[in-house]
Amino acid sequence: MSLASSFYNAFARRNSVFFATIMGSAFVFSIGFNGATNAFWDHWNKGKQWKDIRDKYIEKDE
Amino acid sequence: MLSRVPPPLRASTLLACSRNAVAAPGKRSIGARMASTSSSEATASFLTSRATLASATAFTVGTIAWYTHLYGTLPFVGEISANSPAEEGLHPPKYPWSHSGFFDTFDHASIRRGYQVYKEVCAACHSLDRIAWRNLVGVSHTATEVKALAEEHEYPDGPNDQGEMFQRPGKLSDYLPAPYPNEEAARASNGGALPPDLSLIIKARHGGCDYVFSLLTGYVDPPAGVEIREGLNYNPYFPGGAIAMARVLFDGLVEYDDGTPGTTSQYAKDVVTFLNWAAEPEHDERKKIGLQATILMSSLVLLSLYAKRFKWTPLKSRKIVYNPPKPKQH
Repeated sequence: MSLASSFYNAFARRNSVFFATIMGSAFVFSIGFNGATNAFWDHWNKGKQWKDIRDKYIEKDE
Repeated sequence: MLSRVPPPLRASTLLACSRNAVAAPGKRSIGARMASTSSSEATASFLTSRATLASATAFTVGTIAWYTHLYGTLPFVGEISANSPAEEGLHPPKYPWSHSGFFDTFDHASIRRGYQVYKEVCAACHSLDRIAWRNLVGVSHTATEVKALAEEHEYPDGPNDQGEMFQRPGKLSDYLPAPYPNEEAARASNGGALPPDLSLIIKARHGGCDYVFSLLTGYVDPPAGVEIREGLNYNPYFPGGAIAMARVLFDGLVEYDDGTPGTTSQYAKDVVTFLNWAAEPEHDERKKIGLQATILMSSLVLLSLYAKRFKWTPLKSRKIVYNPPKPKQH
């Protein structure tokens, strides 16, 4: 069975499954995408953001 | 070739040629034309090709953009200005701000130092009335620190049970206090000049950060021949050169908690970073969302272009052939 037809049989044959697949993959993708971009962002701006310098001042609050 | 033909002959030859070509295109003339045009056909197709058009357009737009960027005006378009360069103010140089790149957030340690400079120096005359204490939380200070800062100031509140207004210590929801109760009081204390509110000053001035930094560090003695009125100061970056604000930042004026050396340019850099944050508090988040949106949108564009080509391939590559019916044999 080819990839396309197996994909069709697994996910697209029933609308409920198709819809759930779209929603689920969007959820998983957003976690992965946000994780990747945030990791790049924090690496690029290392030491500049508030969360990087917060520890210096939060100790005074005890 | 034509230049060698003696002058009286030229007109008649040309006429004959054109008449021949237009009115009576015989076999010979067609053959001759084809022979003559075959060499220029390549040139013509090169001149009318899309690539040539696109590259010429790109070249033109590019040179105009480069010129405009370099000289500030469009080429060959006249411009009349009543201002002399001195009246317009010296243009500030570009400084490498820690937040100027596409992916760069503010340097929040710098914002924190800049708030200290604002509080100890600028706040004596300039208000910052679009920033509330709560805006500082999670940006430059912890909530506890900001609460302590707010409580140093008293705010009118009320009315109480007797219907009277009263003073109470500041809360996180209060806005930063203004040094003067109104514009008239501010003008009266500053020789008629109004210290502008600094909430949006970085957005409100040409040159933004570079301008404000240059202004703060650019105080010099007036050059020979420039008269500065009593109460004004000379600053080449200020339009007109005469500014009511005197130089306020000097080395060692503010003592930083984090051990950063206290120099005039360091103060100016920090306070400009702080003011840029005040003007654009959404800056960090905006750039991050911009990065994510650019990645998503461009991949969606590529996907849709591929889908279009995929769907159109049979239509674009099909060949329609007409097979005429065979004539009936009689």
